[in-house]
Amino acid sequence: MSFSISKQGDVVVVDVDGQLIVGIRQELKQKVLDELERGGKKFLIDFSQTGYIDSSGLGVLVSLSKKIREQGGELRLANLNDDLQTLFELTKLDTLFQISDTRERALESF
Amino acid sequence: MARTRVALDVEIPSDVRYIEGVVELAAARCRELHIPARKCSLNLRVALSEALSNAILRGNGACRDKMVRIRATVSDDAVVFDIADQGPGFDLAAEQTDPTTPENVGREAGRGLFLMRHLMDRVELVGDRGNTVRLTLRR
Repeated sequence: MSFSISKQGDVVVVDVDGQLIVGIRQELKQKVLDELERGGKKFLIDFSQTGYIDSSGLGVLVSLSKKIREQGGELRLANLNDDLQTLFELTKLDTLFQISDTRERALESF
Repeated sequence: MARTRVALDVEIPSDVRYIEGVVELAAARCRELHIPARKCSLNLRVALSEALSNAILRGNGACRDKMVRIRATVSDDAVVFDIADQGPGFDLAAEQTDPTTPENVGREAGRGLFLMRHLMDRVELVGDRGNTVRLTLRR
C-alpha cells in the first residue's frame, strides 16, 4: 500500500496504490493535509489501483472533504471500480462526493 | 444434514497491519470454493475487514498480546466466518445507527456495522461472552 502525490497544473493528484483500510488511512490523511497547508486548493484522489475501502477509509475521505472545503478548496474522486462504486452508493457517499469515471474528466471538472 | 468443513483457521495478534493479509487469504479461499466473484471481491473483503478491525481495536483494545482467531467453515450453501477476540464482548443490537440518513451521511464514523450487515447475509454474536462475531455469506 502506498500513495504518490503529483501536480497536474494547480491540481494535487493523489494516487492510491492498494486498499484504503484502517492501518493506512492516517498516512493518506496526513499527506493531503500537508498539501492543504502548503496552499493546495484542488485535490483529486485516483483509486484506479484500489480494490476496496473500509469504513475507516471512507471516514477519512469524509474528513478530508470537510477540511478541504473549510479552506475553500475542492475534492474530486476518480476511477472507482464497480465494487467501490457500489460501496459509495450503499453508504450514500456518492451524494457527498463528486466522482468521475476517469482522471481526465475529474481534472476537467474543476 | 448439510456437510460442513473448515476452510480457514488462523490466529493473528491485535495489530491492524495483519488485516489485509488475512482478508486476501480468506478471499482466495472463497474463490477456490467457487463463491461468486463479486461476493469475494466486495462483500467478503469489506465485511471481514470491518469485523477484524472491530475485534482488534474495540475487542482487544489493540493490545498485541491478545489474539484474534478467524475460523471459516463452508457448507453447500454458505461460508461462515467466526471472528473471536479476547475482549469483554459488545452488544450488536445496541448499534443501529443508519449512516445514510441526511443528518448522518457527513459523519466520519459509524459505517462499520452498517457495512457488515448490508454486505453479509447474516451478522450475529455467538458464544457466551459476546466476543465472537459470526458472518454468514450465502453462495
